[in-house]
Amino acid sequence: MQLTVNGTTHEVDVEDDMPLLWVLRDVLGITGVKYGCGIAQCGACTVHIDGVAERSCQIAAADLDGPVTTIEGLGTPDALHAVQQAWIEHQVAQCGYCQSGQIMNAAAFLAETPDPTDDDIDDAMSGNLCRCGTYPRIRAAVKSAAASLRGA
Amino acid sequence: MSRLGTIARRTFLIGSVAIAGGVAFGVYMARRPHPNPLAAGLAEGEATFNPWVKIDADGITLITPHSDVGQGVRHMQAMLIAEEMDLDPGQFTTDFGPPDPAYWNRAFSEEGAPFMSRDDSWGAETARTVVGYVVKIFGIQATGGSTAVADSFDKLREAGAVARETLKLAAAQRSGVPVANLTTAGAAVTLPDGTQIAYTDLAAEAAALDPVTDVTLRDPSEWRLIGKPQRRLDIVEKSTGTATYGIDLALDGMVHATVRFNPRQGGALNGYDASAAEAMRGVQKILPVTNGVAVIADNTWRAFQAADAIEYDWAEAPYPAEQDDHWAALSASFTEDRLDDEWRHEGDVPAALAAADPIEAEYRAPYVAHAPLEPLNALILVTDARVDIWAGHQIPRTVEDMVAGITGHDVADVHFHNQYAGGSFGHRLEFENIRYAAEIGAQMKDTPVKLTFSREEDFAHDYPRQIAMARGAGAVTDGAVTTYDLSIASPSPIASQMPRAGFPAPPGPDMQIVAGAWNMPYKIDNLRVRAYRAPELAPVSSWRSVGASHAGFFAEGFLDELIHAAGRDPLEARIGMCDYDVARKVLEAVGEMSNWGSELGAGRGRGVAFVSSFGTPTAEVVEVTATEDGIKIDRVFVAADVGRVVDPVNFENHVQGAVVWGLGHAMNCEITYADGMAEQSNYDWHEAMRLYQCPEIVVRGLENQPKIRGIGEPPVPPAAPALANAIFAATGQRLREMPFNKFVEFV
Repeated sequence: MQLTVNGTTHEVDVEDDMPLLWVLRDVLGITGVKYGCGIAQCGACTVHIDGVAERSCQIAAADLDGPVTTIEGLGTPDALHAVQQAWIEHQVAQCGYCQSGQIMNAAAFLAETPDPTDDDIDDAMSGNLCRCGTYPRIRAAVKSAAASLRGA
Repeated sequence: MSRLGTIARRTFLIGSVAIAGGVAFGVYMARRPHPNPLAAGLAEGEATFNPWVKIDADGITLITPHSDVGQGVRHMQAMLIAEEMDLDPGQFTTDFGPPDPAYWNRAFSEEGAPFMSRDDSWGAETARTVVGYVVKIFGIQATGGSTAVADSFDKLREAGAVARETLKLAAAQRSGVPVANLTTAGAAVTLPDGTQIAYTDLAAEAAALDPVTDVTLRDPSEWRLIGKPQRRLDIVEKSTGTATYGIDLALDGMVHATVRFNPRQGGALNGYDASAAEAMRGVQKILPVTNGVAVIADNTWRAFQAADAIEYDWAEAPYPAEQDDHWAALSASFTEDRLDDEWRHEGDVPAALAAADPIEAEYRAPYVAHAPLEPLNALILVTDARVDIWAGHQIPRTVEDMVAGITGHDVADVHFHNQYAGGSFGHRLEFENIRYAAEIGAQMKDTPVKLTFSREEDFAHDYPRQIAMARGAGAVTDGAVTTYDLSIASPSPIASQMPRAGFPAPPGPDMQIVAGAWNMPYKIDNLRVRAYRAPELAPVSSWRSVGASHAGFFAEGFLDELIHAAGRDPLEARIGMCDYDVARKVLEAVGEMSNWGSELGAGRGRGVAFVSSFGTPTAEVVEVTATEDGIKIDRVFVAADVGRVVDPVNFENHVQGAVVWGLGHAMNCEITYADGMAEQSNYDWHEAMRLYQCPEIVVRGLENQPKIRGIGEPPVPPAAPALANAIFAATGQRLREMPFNKFVEFV
């Protein structure tokens, strides 16, 4: 099958039911996307499919129906996305393992909801677990990123 | 004999002769520094001044041997060296370094002796010195116990100062300018005429010098970095998906593996049928491992699928199969023969209780999982000549010992490469990923193998926090708490954990059973705290804040009951009873921060708790609202005294995270056993806190105590009792058992 990840098209030979998560990590070697739970409870595997935040552990390879963007495609250390910039300014990360998923979730959310209320943020971000407990900083960073994206 | 065997034997010896014979041996051995591991294999023109600094013409490398499990110690260690060396971020790289006895942990001695951390008497300090000798002699390199800052603070500044002064000496010899007229800044030595000589230019000359060890550390008023908000060295990579964790590593020709071993922990595998799995796509091998099997495949998911397709016949668990029997074992442990130690007895508690109509209560704390988000994993390559293993782990030398014991290599030929860990909370003090990677690697010589645990397998073998139970009895007289008696029964987490690391369980009582309770800084006429050692049940392990995570809840929950019975204000009563200045200031600070005493309104309540663990007195105030749908946690205020806040940004982040950890698990997490297996296998049944439940968390670091202390664990223990006490204030309902969602809803 063919899939497009971060603008590059790949041909892969995998089972129909292999989750996108493992196609990305083990077949294509794209490791910014993380395995945390495998059952859509933690959000560490969040990617964008056609701009929509999805749990890649729940997307079977055969069901993939759009281009995939991972954290590597959102922005890079030299060309940061506004959400990444906010995550850095607020020094959100501790272990950092969940943060790829948090950032991807926040980026898709802000694209849909440019001027979120506190409740909007709580609703949108509560599907992503952070075992280190960086939630206060995630909230602050989402607000900063929203302001920055609106100004841009 | 392996190094591990030797250590184990000697540990027994030292343990049994601790004070008597240990000192003389210790003084001789302890004064001898460990050789610098960087000196071996140094290239021409490369200089090293101590185990933490290496320079050549191309750059400066700082060694940060404490494991970074998310707490930011890679950054912290580098900044302590950089402060004295006059380096700026970007002017050096860091390396976790080789496992080596030179990186022994100085700070383990602080909590390793059975004295209160505030006790600076001759006896307490002598005991700490002896423990320090043991830790040094055996070269125990470990990250844990909130010790990284305490261990590093002087040591790494000295390392930086030694490097700086030696480089200045090299510059003096080259330029003819006396050392006294040289200054340093920006990774260079500056001559009086303003000429700068980069450290890297001086490396070859400095390499020929004996390091200058007579150095003076900078006065705090001169610090550029310490105490100032800093930008973590890892923040960009951790915000862009470019940080590499153990689970992300790959080598050419690598295959993927997973394991499935008896979920009745420690039980055997009677037999299995892998015929279906063997035929599955990508499956290369099914290998026997201790109490289970490993699947080797060309992809992690295929390995997981195949492991699911195997039929297993697991043997019974070596502990009670049902949770009720675990509680029954604790309940039956409050007996004379199970008395582990009477840690404290002031006044005459039996007489006081006999003369009163005592207030009594029973408290419980369940098993809880660590479940860091990065599942256990390890990458290994075993050849005839050597073993290389990559993983995030907190006890690097023991990893090498264990691998050597399994593969049969000399320990000198085993090389552990530490990695960023996606959280730990104590999980990466255990060795299951290491043990199984070594067993698999030994059967897959010359092929790199990456072992990844499924989340379910990780939960099944989490080695949770110990269960514990407490019985409190007390009395109040004329508006004062006059008698306080707390008995705590728990299996010993240390006795369970140490043998898995290859060490014998240490002799004597386990302070963790009463940690955070026996050292409460209160003067009460009749005060007693006793520990009862329950039999070993399910295997347990150190969970962020260890014993204080249960004992702090019991101690401060029950104290709150007595204060209420005395008709006193919870905070004022604690401050009134407090007999330790540093602790009193912490309580006063949290009172001021929370505007304690101000009106909150109907359905709202405030609770306070104070626990000192790992030497850090910490007080927290929790504010809740009892809504129609359940308890909402509104705000939390935290004051903690660590002696010196090294980085206020990371300090705040760390405290907030510890509060989220303490509250979240108290709210809704427990591991229970049925049929010998943990019933909770993923985050849907062990959720902890999600973002919408997270309160505002206001943090203040105090600097009144004389010793420098850690902050990773101490904010955890007060969180649960402060929440329980707040819920009582708001609703009148007293919560004596975690998780609290058995009794109240949370929104």
